[in-house]
Amino acid sequence: MDLNMLWYLVPSVIMFVAGVYGFVTRKNMIALLISLELMLNSADLNFVIFNRFLYPGSMEGMVFTLFAIAIAAAETAIAIAIIVNIYRKLHSTEIDEVDKMKY
Amino acid sequence: MDSVANIILYFVVALIVVIFSVATVMTRKILRAATYLLFVLIGTSIFYFQLGYQFLGAVQIAVYAGGIMVLFVFAIHLTHRPDEEVAYLRNHRRAIGATVSVLGGILLVLALLYMPLSHEANLMSCLDGSATISMKEIGKAFTGTEKFQYLLPFEAISILLLACIIGGVTVARKR
Repeated sequence: MDLNMLWYLVPSVIMFVAGVYGFVTRKNMIALLISLELMLNSADLNFVIFNRFLYPGSMEGMVFTLFAIAIAAAETAIAIAIIVNIYRKLHSTEIDEVDKMKY
Repeated sequence: MDSVANIILYFVVALIVVIFSVATVMTRKILRAATYLLFVLIGTSIFYFQLGYQFLGAVQIAVYAGGIMVLFVFAIHLTHRPDEEVAYLRNHRRAIGATVSVLGGILLVLALLYMPLSHEANLMSCLDGSATISMKEIGKAFTGTEKFQYLLPFEAISILLLACIIGGVTVARKR
């Protein structure tokens, strides 16, 4: 039995689809962020799989994934800072209660 | 023909990733969702190790499973009572979500099945001795300005992280 590219891409597809489902159905902002992390993670996994199986001699997919991980970390930190700030003002993290901006 | 150990490892990790990524979006307790996400991230890092990217797997564990998960757990504890359940949205929204994700999943799997080149190489043929990337190569790729070297994005990331630190402190501090 051969482990070719398809075997690794199928868990990645399921991860992405689960992230889409969570992003549409959740209403807590931190749960939304968790679903977003699932989708980002599946995209990272795809970069690495295509790099390994189609271009095994180069490392551009890995470098791109490293940058994507760094940017995802920055994005999550900022998003959590905003969520904590909103919670301090509105005492809720549900998205349908956050419908006012300051100005 | 791949080795039996690799195939068994693949199936165990793929099962963990699939089950826990579905459990992440189905569970009602938000702290459990964060824990299941941790298992998915660790499973992904085992995939990276198996594909021969040791540095990337270590970064995935250190940054995602270490840093981001700690952020999530802190944020959850700052904004929730420990045993609180997360309510779903209204029912029709849930139907929309299920429809979109199932249809999208079917389309993506069909696209994968018709993809050219997908059956060409197996794991063993891609993982011969020259394929493993040494730390020296990674260091050179991040600190040069030649073709396939990435000094400028590396510095841009450092500025982005600095802006992120300042932004996080400014947004979340008490006034």
